[in-house]
Amino acid sequence: MSGPLQQLDYSDLQQCMHCGMCLPTCPTFDATKRERHGPRGRIALMRAVADGDLVAGREFADEMSYCLGCLACQTACPAGVDYAGLFEAARAEVEQSGLPQTPARVLWRALTLRFLFMRPWALRIVARVLRIYQKTGLDGWVRRLGLTRVLPADLQRLEPQTPRISACFSDECIAEEELPEGPARYRVALLTGCVQDIAFSNINRDTADVLLANGCRVHTPAAQGCCGSLHGHNGEPGLAAELARRMLDRMPPENYDAIITNAGGCGAHLRHYSRVLAGDAEYAARAAEWDRKVRDIHEWLVEIGCRKPAAGEEAVVTYHESCHLAHGQKVVKQPREILKSIPGVRLVELAESSWCCGSAGVYSITQPEQSGALLKRKVGHIAATGARFLATSNPGCHLQVANGLRAAGVPVDVVQPVTLLARAYRAERAEKPVGAERKH
Amino acid sequence: MALSETALSELAGLVGAENVLWRPEDILPYGFDGTAALKERPGAVVFPADTGQVAAVVRWAAANRVPVVTRGSGTGLSGGSVPSGGCVVLCLVRMDRILEVDPNNLTLRAQAGAITLKIDEAAGVHGLFYPPDPGSMKISTIGGNVAENSGGLRGLKYGVTRDYVMGLEVVMADGRVVRLGNACVKDVAGYSMKDLFIGSEGTLGIVTEVLLKLLPRPAARRTMLALYDRMEDAAETVSAIIAAKIIPCTLEFLDRRTIQCVEDYAKVGLPTDCAALLLMETDGHPEAVRDEAARMEQIARERGARAVRVAGSVEEAQQLATARRSAFSALARMRPTTILEDVTVPRSELARMVAYIAEIADRHGLQVGTFGHMGDGNLHPTFLTDERDTEEMRKVHLALDEIVERTLELGGTITGEHGVGLAKKPWLRRQLGDASYELMKQVRVALDPAGLLNPGKIFD
Ligand SMILES: Cc1cc2nc3c(=O)[nH]c(=O)nc-3n(C[C@H](O)[C@H](O)[C@H](O)COP(=O)(O)OP(=O)(O)OC[C@H]3O[C@@H](n4cnc5c(N)ncnc54)[C@H](O)[C@@H]3O)c2cc1C
Repeated sequence: MSGPLQQLDYSDLQQCMHCGMCLPTCPTFDATKRERHGPRGRIALMRAVADGDLVAGREFADEMSYCLGCLACQTACPAGVDYAGLFEAARAEVEQSGLPQTPARVLWRALTLRFLFMRPWALRIVARVLRIYQKTGLDGWVRRLGLTRVLPADLQRLEPQTPRISACFSDECIAEEELPEGPARYRVALLTGCVQDIAFSNINRDTADVLLANGCRVHTPAAQGCCGSLHGHNGEPGLAAELARRMLDRMPPENYDAIITNAGGCGAHLRHYSRVLAGDAEYAARAAEWDRKVRDIHEWLVEIGCRKPAAGEEAVVTYHESCHLAHGQKVVKQPREILKSIPGVRLVELAESSWCCGSAGVYSITQPEQSGALLKRKVGHIAATGARFLATSNPGCHLQVANGLRAAGVPVDVVQPVTLLARAYRAERAEKPVGAERKH
Repeated sequence: MALSETALSELAGLVGAENVLWRPEDILPYGFDGTAALKERPGAVVFPADTGQVAAVVRWAAANRVPVVTRGSGTGLSGGSVPSGGCVVLCLVRMDRILEVDPNNLTLRAQAGAITLKIDEAAGVHGLFYPPDPGSMKISTIGGNVAENSGGLRGLKYGVTRDYVMGLEVVMADGRVVRLGNACVKDVAGYSMKDLFIGSEGTLGIVTEVLLKLLPRPAARRTMLALYDRMEDAAETVSAIIAAKIIPCTLEFLDRRTIQCVEDYAKVGLPTDCAALLLMETDGHPEAVRDEAARMEQIARERGARAVRVAGSVEEAQQLATARRSAFSALARMRPTTILEDVTVPRSELARMVAYIAEIADRHGLQVGTFGHMGDGNLHPTFLTDERDTEEMRKVHLALDEIVERTLELGGTITGEHGVGLAKKPWLRRQLGDASYELMKQVRVALDPAGLLNPGKIFD
């Protein structure tokens, strides 16, 4: 039986001509200076598996787990290698290789990928329980009493990193259909994400607000569920395809001018539904239309000519690029443009702004050491800017960097660019006499 | 062929167990360099920390008759650091320290594994610069540059790596450590031994430390793009600029196919409908730069340039140079395999050579993209093909043979900067003639009688 790497079009692997231009941009190569920990080495291993010269065993699996999947190499690659596609195939190869698994890993994958992130209602139940746990202050007591020690080691480490669950979920603070004050110029769908939905629903609210302020009619179906990016990146292409189909059924692309995402990691996956559903004749045309219409929020705002707010706030802001926004979606200038358009905001460039912060999906769980080293490096650069706000646009980065800043005692608030923009529009409303809004 | 467990543990004793790789997953990625279609599995890869460890590994290899293939970053384009089966790959990337910048003597001392770009950056701190800037400068090591005598985009005015090497520390095949050259501007004490090692491709000794000459950073520079509807016009512009006694630092050439690939990647606004473009740069005193730039622009227009675009800012100039540096890799977008040549001809023959390459590709029905350091007469015709297509590969080899033939007729060389390695080996004797070829081999045998340093490279 041939595995996912052998099923690839072989020329995708040959596309890498091993010139090494990617090496200086790879965080794991930078850390070790070993070829197997760099993109061209990993591709060589994948090719060896495809050639039948190497068995995808434990070492191969470890290597694919050590890769952040940050895709910085894809930006650096002049030859146009589709590393994201190769990497997903490699992780799928690992899952299908029948390697012996620890029971804990089997349980984890089953619980998260196969259960929680396949069922929005289940995720919400967990979130509700967590919300109560955090709200009642029970979490503090559990920690103080040392009760977290009964958790497995992985969970113990993670427990303090658990996101604070928002007071409401997205559909509790965003109506299914919202209309701008003036005439609607565009009709858009808003994707609420899964982590974003339960931990950062306020950011979804802000996103809806800036869309409304820019003449978009916003359709936000309730409890949307996972887009499948977690599954795609973690070797479960079948589940990813199922989630993609559900999404297309839920939000038929033909109904919208654009489908808006505000999470870098999801967006990079969402734009490639045609690849996720390759070979599915029934969905092919829809997936292609979907891919054409998916837009990152900043990209969309700049594309339609984002209205400059008349008020704002005085603040020094620096910007950390989500890997999958910058490298996966090539959205680099737009978030900066949005920030710069806010009156009073001074944007200071962050050193190595597009270098991964170590969040990388579940990387902080699977590779805590390397993740921690990257976070430390990131926090150091942020502290050096003297900024009051760190803007970033991905829930994973948001959580990771906020935890890192807190642990290091660096007083910088993490926000989304759209949050600052939404606040500016609100400040503008507060200053304007009532009724002035309706004129345009 | 794998190394025995005893061998591996002896190596571990020399450099530390964590610095010896032997598992298939660890060593397989050291089976190739930047050259297409060449690969081999080494026996082990070791990472020495200093000259002492390099010498120890070489002595061990000599005693055990194990071949040693030195490797920097593996960006070579002639297969120089492709291992021979069962060899020890001696990878110098841990030895990457810049040891000293001496602004009084305008020199810099670094370990051989230091990255080329970092060397220039260290010089920059003192208002100095290290001119050789190969397209791979962000990754290549200075040791690899010395071993290949690499060129760059500024070769026309500033020369190649050799012109900046003042001294070397080298580990010989028997493990002796020698120091050659020094910080003196003049030195005729005996043979210029350091020169023997420059361009020796790891076959005569292992460079462990370099002493480099630096120059003051030029005060001004101006970068321009000249666009052409005929390739020959670009080549003639180059000859005309040189004949007008102007020595710009850069005269780089891209043909249509290369322009399209580079633009597809870099998106710097190159026009994809012209047949050729020249990237031209002059640097130095601001007055001289202004004058030279104006004259170059005029010459380009007289030779038929459709337009000449001057970079408006330092960033734009840098973007253009970076785009040019990506040319070779960007060509790989088109087809699975890219076979790159490195022929160099006297500059007066450029127009003829460029036309000939296009004609050969046409005749064999092959896709070729040509770019290169036009000011140095150094062209990189790159065949875009698929190594799995044996019939097409046969045609590629025929075409390469014909290009080499013509190059030699025009008084050129089979390689201007990438070295012979494995890829150019078949043609070396033809270029040198029997007597010179044998002389070279004699030198090799004298310094490495057992033939353990990078065996099979340059000669069989
Ligand atoms: C995209 C791209 C662009 C390039 N552009 C240019 C260019 O503009 N000009 C140019 O000249 N080249 C260019 N090259 C070729 C290549 O980068 C150079 O030859 C470079 O000097 C190789 O350095 P390295 O550290 O990668 O050496 P490697 O590839 O590791 O080794 C090259 C050779 O040097 C030997 N060697 C390495 N280190 C030592 C040492 N310390 N002592 C003794 N022998 C040693 C090796 O055995 C091998 O024979 C380019 C390559 C790429 C991939």
